[in-house]
Amino acid sequence: MCLAVPGKILEIQDLLATVEIGGVTRKISLMLLPESKVGEFVLIHAGFAIQAIDEEEVRKTLELFKELEEYADHDR
Amino acid sequence: MLTMTDEQIKKAADFFTQEIARLAGQRSIRLMEVCGTHTVAIFKAGIRQLLPENVELVSGPGCPVCVTPNEYLDTAIAYSKDPQVIITTFGDMLKVPGSSSTLAQQKAAGADIRILYSPLESLEIAKENPDKNVIFLAVGFETTAPLAAATILMAEKAGITNFYVLSAHKLVPPALRVLLMSENSRVDGLLLPGHVSSMIGVKPYEFLIDEFSTPAVVAGFDPLDILQSIYMLVKQIHEGTPQLENQYRRIAPPRGNEVACRTLYKVYQAVDTVWRGIGNLEGSGLGIREEYRSFDAKTNIPVTVEVMKEHAGCQCGQVLCGTLLPTACPLFGKTCLPEHPVGSCMVSVEGTCAAWYKYGAGRWQG
Repeated sequence: MCLAVPGKILEIQDLLATVEIGGVTRKISLMLLPESKVGEFVLIHAGFAIQAIDEEEVRKTLELFKELEEYADHDR
Repeated sequence: MLTMTDEQIKKAADFFTQEIARLAGQRSIRLMEVCGTHTVAIFKAGIRQLLPENVELVSGPGCPVCVTPNEYLDTAIAYSKDPQVIITTFGDMLKVPGSSSTLAQQKAAGADIRILYSPLESLEIAKENPDKNVIFLAVGFETTAPLAAATILMAEKAGITNFYVLSAHKLVPPALRVLLMSENSRVDGLLLPGHVSSMIGVKPYEFLIDEFSTPAVVAGFDPLDILQSIYMLVKQIHEGTPQLENQYRRIAPPRGNEVACRTLYKVYQAVDTVWRGIGNLEGSGLGIREEYRSFDAKTNIPVTVEVMKEHAGCQCGQVLCGTLLPTACPLFGKTCLPEHPVGSCMVSVEGTCAAWYKYGAGRWQG
């Protein structure tokens, strides 16, 4: 039930946003994330944006995972 | 969000699995994934098969549908028989067995039960049906409960007076406290639900370290997130330094979503509530505050509920506490099947038994 998906905000009107989720657009509520801006990625759960996705942290996680590649290579 | 090539994913996964095996050594380690969404992600990615035999993953009480008691279902079913009532619900509640029926059976018999994507759709239905009472079945943990609270605030703002909520919301931290206090549950580390923490942050879990010295990691849902979180737990266990760590920083900031938490507690307050198979847990549920009682179905719409019966032989309670594997339940795969579930753990796609049945084939069938 805690399934949530990332989407990109395309348009905001009051607290209603149009988001793109994997190529599909949908209207969601920004009531729980009122500071959201167009262009941002947010996490969406049952028709609401529930959290902003921290792109800096996404980059760090990716970098870490990609660095592990080198460690895994060293082990062989 | 995490764009990596298959080769990169494989190499990172290799690193984590090798390190997990090395750090675990000969020690027998039992980790609990608390959240039902994790249970499904773990099965889908085949993570159990990647772990050494001495590192075991058990599922916890984090499937909201599974922990919703008979009494709640019986109340919802009783409401659905009222011709003045429209029930709105997430789809996974439909097949959950009450004492003698399910919402799916009621719907087939003509009850007006509508499946929602978002609780906000209830308000449209209420506006379109001014002569009916619309009751939303508000089930879910801290990830979902603020959405129901926001819907109530929207209803108030829009002056909608025929919308009600039947609350069965539950809180994760109080359940974990009871679980760790129980003598039967031997849990060496906890994978905490990342999306609950997107709302409540990390702080509410500090007691896991302060009171129980149990290693805990807030975990994401990609296969590599889960492997990394298991690695972090095993590392803590290896080093003997229990900590509360956050693997899912990109989604779960330390303080969570403060607007959502304020919204939640504006409308709801913590109350004692019954968990299916576990019992009544102090302060582990959410009830509607006095100021918003006009939206509380139970206060406003009288209903007669039939006497409850628990299903004989169902072991969901122990499965939900991680003390019994689904395969050890005498009903599992015999009388309790996804198409004819006896217990709630077999109903929800996120239920431990349903996940074992769907993905475990070939392992448990022996």
